[in-house]
Amino acid sequence: MMNGFLRILFVAAVVIVGAFLAFLYVPVQRTPAQTTLAADYVPPKGAGAYTMRLADCAACHTAEGGQPFAGGRAIVSPVGTIYSSNITPDLKTGIGAYTLADFRAALYDGIRPDGAHLYPAMPYENYRKITEQDVRALYAYFKDEVQPVKAINRGNDLAFPFNLSWGLRAWKWVALSDPGFTANSAKPDLARGEYLVEGPGHCGACHSPRNVVMAQAALTSSRDAFLSGGRIAGWTAPPLRGAKSAIRGWTAKDISLILATGRNVHSAINGEMGLVVRESTQFFSKADLAATSAYLVSLNKGATDAAVDLVTDTERLLISANPSMGLGPRLYLDNCNACHFANGRGADEVFPELDGSSLVTAQSPTGLISMILYGGELPSTAQRPERLRMPGFGNRLSDDDVATLATFLRQAWTNRAEAVSSTAVSDLRDKRQAN
Amino acid sequence: MARTDPKKDVVIIGLGWTGAILGMELAQEGVDILALERGSDRATVPDFQYPEVIDELKYGIRFGFMQKPRKSTLTIRRTLDEVAQPYRRLGSFLPGDGVGGAGIHWNGQTWRPMEVELRLKSYVEETFGAATIPDGMTIQDWGVSYDEMEPHFDRFEYMAGIAGKAGNIKGEIQAGGNPFEAPRSRDYPMPPMKQGVDAQMFARTASAMGLHPFPRPAANATQAYLNEYGMQLGPCNYCGFCERYGCLNYSKSSPQTCILDALKRMPNFSYKVNSEVLKIELAEDRKTATGVTYFDEAAQEEVFQPADLVIVAAYSLHNVHLMLLSGIGAPWDPVQQTGTTGKNYSYQMTGGTSLFFKDVVFNPFAAAGSSGISIDDYAISRIDFAKEGFIGGSYITAGISNGQPIRGIPLPKGTPSWGAGWKQGIGDWYGHAMSIGSHGSNMAYRDCCLDLDPTYTDRHGRPLMRMTFNWKDNDIRMTQFMRSKIEPMAEAMQPDSWQSSYKAEGAQYDVRPYQTTHNVGGAIMGADPKTSSLNRYLQAWGQHNVFVMGASAFPQNIQYNPTGMVGALAYWAADAIRKDYLPNPRPLV
Repeated sequence: MMNGFLRILFVAAVVIVGAFLAFLYVPVQRTPAQTTLAADYVPPKGAGAYTMRLADCAACHTAEGGQPFAGGRAIVSPVGTIYSSNITPDLKTGIGAYTLADFRAALYDGIRPDGAHLYPAMPYENYRKITEQDVRALYAYFKDEVQPVKAINRGNDLAFPFNLSWGLRAWKWVALSDPGFTANSAKPDLARGEYLVEGPGHCGACHSPRNVVMAQAALTSSRDAFLSGGRIAGWTAPPLRGAKSAIRGWTAKDISLILATGRNVHSAINGEMGLVVRESTQFFSKADLAATSAYLVSLNKGATDAAVDLVTDTERLLISANPSMGLGPRLYLDNCNACHFANGRGADEVFPELDGSSLVTAQSPTGLISMILYGGELPSTAQRPERLRMPGFGNRLSDDDVATLATFLRQAWTNRAEAVSSTAVSDLRDKRQAN
Repeated sequence: MARTDPKKDVVIIGLGWTGAILGMELAQEGVDILALERGSDRATVPDFQYPEVIDELKYGIRFGFMQKPRKSTLTIRRTLDEVAQPYRRLGSFLPGDGVGGAGIHWNGQTWRPMEVELRLKSYVEETFGAATIPDGMTIQDWGVSYDEMEPHFDRFEYMAGIAGKAGNIKGEIQAGGNPFEAPRSRDYPMPPMKQGVDAQMFARTASAMGLHPFPRPAANATQAYLNEYGMQLGPCNYCGFCERYGCLNYSKSSPQTCILDALKRMPNFSYKVNSEVLKIELAEDRKTATGVTYFDEAAQEEVFQPADLVIVAAYSLHNVHLMLLSGIGAPWDPVQQTGTTGKNYSYQMTGGTSLFFKDVVFNPFAAAGSSGISIDDYAISRIDFAKEGFIGGSYITAGISNGQPIRGIPLPKGTPSWGAGWKQGIGDWYGHAMSIGSHGSNMAYRDCCLDLDPTYTDRHGRPLMRMTFNWKDNDIRMTQFMRSKIEPMAEAMQPDSWQSSYKAEGAQYDVRPYQTTHNVGGAIMGADPKTSSLNRYLQAWGQHNVFVMGASAFPQNIQYNPTGMVGALAYWAADAIRKDYLPNPRPLV
C-alpha cells in the first residue's frame, strides 16, 4: 500500500517536474496566419500607416518628444514600470531583422524571435484578433516606411511572476484566448466596429476590468465584463456599457466627435485617453469612426439617458447667493462655476459637463483629484485644433479644499459617488512630487 | 554680428490679429511663411489663467500685457513748433506686446463703418459742398467701397464669433438692430449679450425719446462657438475683466481663441518670438523689398531674413515707424504737403456723462467689455454737416464694462479723493453709478502726423517716431453736439446727480489719462499714389511685395472702434494676395 502510494507520488512528481521542465525549455508554439495570403501579397498604398493608427502603436512606442517608434516611453502598470521597445527597422536595436512570422508572433503571441516573452503591456491579448491583411500592412510599414533609429531598449522593473519568463508563459496560458476574429454582429458596419474595438483598437486593454491574474476579464463583447470599466495609471477607465456607462445616451455622432477631436457636447477626454485621441482615433477614417461609434452605441442599447434639463437642488443652492452655503459649493462657485456653470452642464465641446461625468463619479477619484490639482489639456486635432486647457488649482487649494470640492462634485446635481478624503489628495501630490 | 537665415516665401511682421489672419490665409496657398513677433508667446493657460489674470494692479494699472516704453515708445508733441518729448509712461493709448498683440486685451467691440465713411471726402463734397471741409482738414476716400468690403466684414465676424443683432439685412430693416447700419448679408453669428440694468434703463429712455436702441456688437461669446478654422469659444461669464486683460474663459475673440492653434498646425508656417523687426530691406532699385532685418533677442544679434513677400502686421504706429525707417513711401511733409507716409494720423473723439442713482443697484461686477445698448441716431450719415458746422458723428452707448475696484468706481463731483470722505464716497456709490458715452470720429489734418524724431533714439539706435497731434475745433464741435443730445437723455433718466466730461473749446491733447488705443492713419490707403502710401489692396505703391495691414491704413478715423474694419481689410487684402498677387506678383493697381 505504502509502496503503491509512493510509486504514484513518484510518478506524479516526475510528471510535474517533466511538465515544468517542458514549460521552461520546450519552445512555445507560434500562432500561424489566420488567413492565407499570397507570399507576394502587397498591402494597398497607405494601409500600413493607417493600420498603425488603428492599432495606436505610436502612443506607447514613441516617447514624448522622442524619435518615432524608437521606444523608451515609461508605462506604469500595476506590476511595475515597463519601458516601450524600439520598433523601428534598425537591424540591431529595432525590429529590422524580424521576419513576417517573427512580427506576427510578437503581435499574436507576445513572443520575440529569441523566444523571450513580451510583457502584456503589449496588448497581444487583443492583437491576436488582427486580420492577416492588417498584420501584413503593419509589417510592411515598420519594415519599409519607418525610419530606422538606433536606440537600445531599456530594461524593465517588474514584480513576480512577470519578471520571469516561465511566469509570463504560464500567465499567457491563462490569459490568452483563441486567435483570430469572428464577428458577433451580422451587419457589416457593426462587425467592422466590433473588429476595431476588440482587435487593433484594443479598447479593452484599459476599459475592461482585469481578473485576479491581471488578465483582461473578457476579450469579446459577448461577455458582459468586456468594456465594463478598468483602470489605467491609477485613473478609472470608465465603463463603456452597462448601467454606469460613460457613453450612456450618447449618439453615434457624439462618440465619433470625441474620438476625432477629444471633445463633444457632453464631455472631454482626459488622462491617458488624450494620447489615444492624439495618436490614434483622430486619424480614423469617417467610415471607421462611424463603425466604431455604431458598435459602441449597440453595446448601450436600451440604456436611457438620465433626465436632463431638470433644475436640481444643487443648481438652486449655487444660484442662491447665500453666504452660509457649505465650503464645497463655495469652492465650486469661486473656482469652477465660470466655465462649468451652476447647472454643471458646461458648454458644448468647450467646457465638459460635470453632472453625469464619468471622470467626476469614477470609482477611483484619482482622475478627478488630478484634474483639480493639475488641470488638463485637449489634443490639437484636424477638426478641432484648439488645445483647450483647464488650469490646475493645486497652488490655490489645500488638500482639504480639494477633497471638499471633489466630494461636492461627486454628490452634486445627479451625481452620487463616494466622498474623497484629503489623504487621497496629499497622496497624489506626494506621488507627483516623487516623480 | 548679423547672420542671414534661409529665405522664406513670406515674412509676417507681428503676430496679432492681422498677422494671424494673413498667416492662416496664405498658409493655405502652400507658401513657406515665417512670422516674427517682437514680444513673448502667450496662451490662455497659463498666461491668462484664473485667478492670476484677474489682477487689476498688475494688468490694469501696471500694464502687464502692454509694450514697455523703455523698450519701445515714441515722442509726442501737439503742434509742429513744439519739441516732442518721449512717451515715457503709458497713458493716452496702450499698444500691446507679444503673441496676440492688442487682440488679447481689447474689450471686443466689433463694428462696421458706415457706408459713407469709406468715401467720406466725396460724400461731404457731393452732399454739402467742398467748402464744408475746413482749411487744414485732409480727409480722403479709402479707395474701396462698403459693398466690396461686405463679404470680408462677414468673414471676419464669423471667424471671430461676434454676438449682436443685425439691423439691416440686405436692405431690410430688422427690429431690435441698428436701423442705420449699412446692409449686411446675414445676421451676426451669435445672439447679443445679456444687458445690465444701466443698459436696460438707457434702452427704455432712448425708445421713449423716439431713438433706436440696439445691443452693441460684441466679441464676447454668448454661447459655445465653432469657427471656420475649427477654433472654439466658450460662453462669456460676465466676469468684467476684458480690457487690459487676456480672457480667462476662452470667451473673448482673439488670435489665441480664433486662429493660432489652427495656424500652428500648418506645416508651412512657423513663428519666432522675441524677434523685433528693425527694418524692411529694399532692393537697390528700391522697387521691391528683399526681406527684413530683425533683432533676435535670444541670440542677441541682428538677423537678415530674406523673403519674397513682406506682410507688415505690427501695431498701426509701429507699421508707420517701420515704413519711415525703411523708406517705404516718401515721408509726409506737413508744410509743403508732399509725401504720404506719416500723413493723416488720427485718433478718436470720445466723451461721456456719469449718472448717480442712490436707489439703483447696477451690480457692475457682472459685466463684459462689449455688453451695452447703443444708439446710432447721431451717426455720421445722419448729421447735416453744413448746418451743424462740423464733419463727423458718434455712436452713443450705456454699458458698464466692469466693476474693478481701483479704476472702476466713479464718484460724484465733490467727493474727496482721499481719506475718510473718499472711503465714505466709495461705500455710498459703488454699484450706484452708470454712464452714457459717445464714441466718435476724428478727422485728419495737415498737421496731425507722424515722422522720425530728430533727437531721440531707441535701444537699437533707430530714431523714435514722432507724433504730432492735437484736438481741432471741428471735432470739439462734434463732441459738444453729442453732449447736447446725451445730457437730455441723462436728465430724462432722473438720476440723483450727473456730471459730464467732453472736450471743450481750446482743449489740448493730454497724453496722461487713458483715452483710447485707436491710433489710426499714417500709412493710408487710397486711389492715388500722390496722396496715399498704399493702394486699395494695402499694397505699398512703390514696393509691390510689401503689404501693410492694420488701422494705419485708415485715411481718417471712423466713428466706431476700428477692429471690425481692421479685420475686414486683412481678409480683403489676403483675398487679393491669394487670388491675384501670388500667381503673378506685381503692382495690383
